[in-house]
Amino acid sequence: MTSLMHEMGARALALGIPLSVHLDLTYRCNERCVHCYLDHEDRGEMTTAEIVRVLDELADSGVFFLTLSGGEVFMRRDFFEILEHARAKLFAVKVKTNAVMVTRAKAERVAGLGVESVQVSLYSHRADVHDRITKLPGSFGRTIEGARLLRECGVKVSFANVLMKDNADDYREVRALALAMGVEYKVDPTITPMMDGGRGVLALNIDEARLAAVYADEELTRGAAVSRAAPGGPMPREEALDSVPCSAGHTLAYISPYGEVFPCVQFPYACGNVREKPFAEIWRNSPQLREVRSISLADVEGCSTCVHGGSCSRCPGLAYTEGNLRGPSIQDCERTYAITGVPSENLKRRKGVIWLVSV
Amino acid sequence: MTDRYIARAPDVAARTIGDELMIMSGRDSSLFSLNETAAALWDLADGTTPLAEIVERHICAEFDVDPEEALADAQALADELAAHGILIVSDAPIRR
Repeated sequence: MTSLMHEMGARALALGIPLSVHLDLTYRCNERCVHCYLDHEDRGEMTTAEIVRVLDELADSGVFFLTLSGGEVFMRRDFFEILEHARAKLFAVKVKTNAVMVTRAKAERVAGLGVESVQVSLYSHRADVHDRITKLPGSFGRTIEGARLLRECGVKVSFANVLMKDNADDYREVRALALAMGVEYKVDPTITPMMDGGRGVLALNIDEARLAAVYADEELTRGAAVSRAAPGGPMPREEALDSVPCSAGHTLAYISPYGEVFPCVQFPYACGNVREKPFAEIWRNSPQLREVRSISLADVEGCSTCVHGGSCSRCPGLAYTEGNLRGPSIQDCERTYAITGVPSENLKRRKGVIWLVSV
Repeated sequence: MTDRYIARAPDVAARTIGDELMIMSGRDSSLFSLNETAAALWDLADGTTPLAEIVERHICAEFDVDPEEALADAQALADELAAHGILIVSDAPIRR
């Protein structure tokens, strides 16, 4: 992160400005990915006019970074109308897509509108594995072609490579494919719970040994394709205990296709609805957001005495879906263990006797 | 001296955060913080008003600076912002 970017984040935090907003335009999708955390229905999406109004409110609130995602954004017939308005309001726009519906004309339009970057989901370099995960036959070829068209038009593209049991051993080849195409590469080795709280998809997660191997792969960590550090850290433990552990609800918000506002896309704690109140009012006055902002690492049982306090990447959204907004996220404790080989305080408590014997 | 015109580059992102204008270049996503004078120039970069007129009418009036010196500074600043892909500088009006 550049120092100016860091300064901007610090200023936004001090002033209570929502620097980044992730707006899902639809949950509809042309793929049916096995690990997806969303349903794929339209239960009354915001209209074009509603979204345009929300974009105006976000600009007025000081939002700089806007992520347009879904579902699949190109499933919305008004996508370019929304994108044009977003760029007219001078947001730095990132688009997340599977790129299956990207044609040359669409790629040219995305490029012409000055989109900051496009993130494309790619699961494997092998068509059969990718298509098995997306459940859309032919999706691998169309995704690669869509990404290629975007690159050809000068758009900055990144591949987001979510790892699960079925594709865990493919990431080196996916990274090589990205490099060959002039595409950035990011790997995410963890599957997270569904927005409705469903945890069945967690069974797809790769095992501890494989997770540790990914975090130990210097090709990935050197190029920052996988993050091993906490967003703000590492930092001295005492400082970390009082610091903002995550930007969710502090300088980041998520808005669903139905106008619901959450602290983050991975944090299903409903804070209000932009169909009922202006965004700024929800951002400033929501009791839920105030509660999220009131929590520091020092308040979290176990974390306050944990050896990983200064480098912890505890996700408050995962903690919430695990049952306690003010509790630890065991999934993050496991991630930290995979990175360091040192169990966290809460992991030791969770695994009880096993750790007492082995530590 | 030939008139020069300045327009905002179409692919930038910009927002005022607190009292600072933050701009991200569409060319390479690099981030810039514009000071008050640079921000004024950015605000007035409509592509059709000559830079000398912008400086005389707005910059000199608002910031109480010497006109010749202000124009030279503004030209240097405009060139610098253009080099970063934030402004477009032209000898002819820039119409879109």
